[in-house]
Amino acid sequence: MSLPARIVALLVAFLAVAAGAAFLVVHYFLYDPQSVSFGSGVTADTGATVHVVLQEDPQNTVSTHPDWVSYFIRDPQTGAWLHTTNFTVPAGSRIDVTIYGYDGCTPLRNPYWGRVTGTIGDVEYVNGKPVTQLNSWSGCTVAHTFSIPGIGLNVPMASPTLAQTVKPGLCSTSPCTSGPHEVMTFSFNSPRVTGEYFWQCRIPCGGGFIDGFGGPMQTIGFMTGNMTVVS
Amino acid sequence: MAASADEVHAAEPAGPNHGLRIFLIWLPIALAADLVIWFVWGPHLPPGNMSTSAASQQFDIKVMSVMAAPVMAFVLVFIGYSISVFRHRDGEDEDGPPIYGNVKIQATWITVSSVIVLCLAAFGTYELVTPSAAGAGAGEGPSPIWKPNGTTLQVQVIAQQWRFTYRYPQFGGFETTALVLPVGEPVQFNVTSLDVIHSFWAYQLGVKADANPGVNNIAYTTPLHTGSITVRCAELCGLWHGAMFNYGQVVSLSAFKAWATHTEALLASVTAMLPPYATTYDPTVVPQINKAMVAAGITGAAGLYYPPNDPVQP
Repeated sequence: MSLPARIVALLVAFLAVAAGAAFLVVHYFLYDPQSVSFGSGVTADTGATVHVVLQEDPQNTVSTHPDWVSYFIRDPQTGAWLHTTNFTVPAGSRIDVTIYGYDGCTPLRNPYWGRVTGTIGDVEYVNGKPVTQLNSWSGCTVAHTFSIPGIGLNVPMASPTLAQTVKPGLCSTSPCTSGPHEVMTFSFNSPRVTGEYFWQCRIPCGGGFIDGFGGPMQTIGFMTGNMTVVS
Repeated sequence: MAASADEVHAAEPAGPNHGLRIFLIWLPIALAADLVIWFVWGPHLPPGNMSTSAASQQFDIKVMSVMAAPVMAFVLVFIGYSISVFRHRDGEDEDGPPIYGNVKIQATWITVSSVIVLCLAAFGTYELVTPSAAGAGAGEGPSPIWKPNGTTLQVQVIAQQWRFTYRYPQFGGFETTALVLPVGEPVQFNVTSLDVIHSFWAYQLGVKADANPGVNNIAYTTPLHTGSITVRCAELCGLWHGAMFNYGQVVSLSAFKAWATHTEALLASVTAMLPPYATTYDPTVVPQINKAMVAAGITGAAGLYYPPNDPVQP
């Protein structure tokens, strides 16, 4: 092989490796779903109320992983459901949360997380009824949890009944707009310290992965994300 | 034929006693280093002295450092002395005399090294055995060899992605995210996991024990001072491993009893939902959860929550 040909081959090989590395960095390491901003125009640290709306679905048919369970966030401006789990709230505010629970039940690995903590009054409302704990081991009534460990928040999400799971059956197209579901509402105070607070689900809902804790449970945009608190 | 070391020495004119010189340079340096390590640096060495195991570790590191510093000082002094005194000078174009071994130096070197290493091995073993250290804060597995004297406060550490929770079986088996310990009381940590491998690292207590699913890894300590504890996971365990930490408290015995009694009553309804206390926390064998799964129609081939063959890693 001539010298110019060798140099060209070397350059091509180098560029191929560099392109592969760049793809990995951009596609996996730097990928972060968009953050939905709530409370734009609200002044931080005034105790103003901000309303956050989410839903959890048994699938995510708008993603490349249609069989992964997933949360969605509703854009406060357009009302559209967005495939992301990142959202932004003002510091020192009252955050009113509504979560539509379309997914079926799965028992918690640790029933301790059936207890409501960190909300105002340590209570959530399931279809309007106050609840302080849900026992996922008796009746299979919990689908997921919404937990922000950094502020001690843990809220179990109730699920449609087993009978509803069979008939009419769970919603099968995301984001869900129909089908059996539960409505959870609760409020908490956003911290005064700005920064990122990760949130997660504690139900092992990553079916097909060891202990159910892989896949969507470890992927931002599905069952975990960041709450960014800004001033 | 090469000359022996003694023959070479006999042929040379009497010179300075290099060994004595090196010793006299080394002695004050080693002495100063040891004094600084023991009295100045030592009291600030990690992990402090908040518990018996932490204090034991600090003492061990001090002893090891005091033993190691003279050795290191000797090596550095010898290198410096050789560079200074035995360096090549202008006009010295001949090779040095061929010397093969020096029995006296070799015997001294081997003897001193052996004595130091054996003494440290005996010292380290004693430190593990002594009841006050009782394993020096490390996880000893489900059947510890070294145990503290008397009864211990049982605290189960349950690691899970990405949080530690703590169960107190002597107080009704309540579970909480708060780690509170009484000062002056021996504690037995029963460390386990209910998903992947984690590691319970209570830094100020000098306790570090792997949290393996299905295994009870026992570690002992006795808090000596009140204050705050930082608990971190020391085993890469997933997406939010870096955020898997919490803070605990060592309080007076009376404050601990008041807290435990209050928390037991506060969490009674939650405790009723928990499985009976066991030294491991394996959902695949907890009857209640399997019953719930069967009721929900979510079962694997063996009718268990997570049977060994399902789910599998894709």
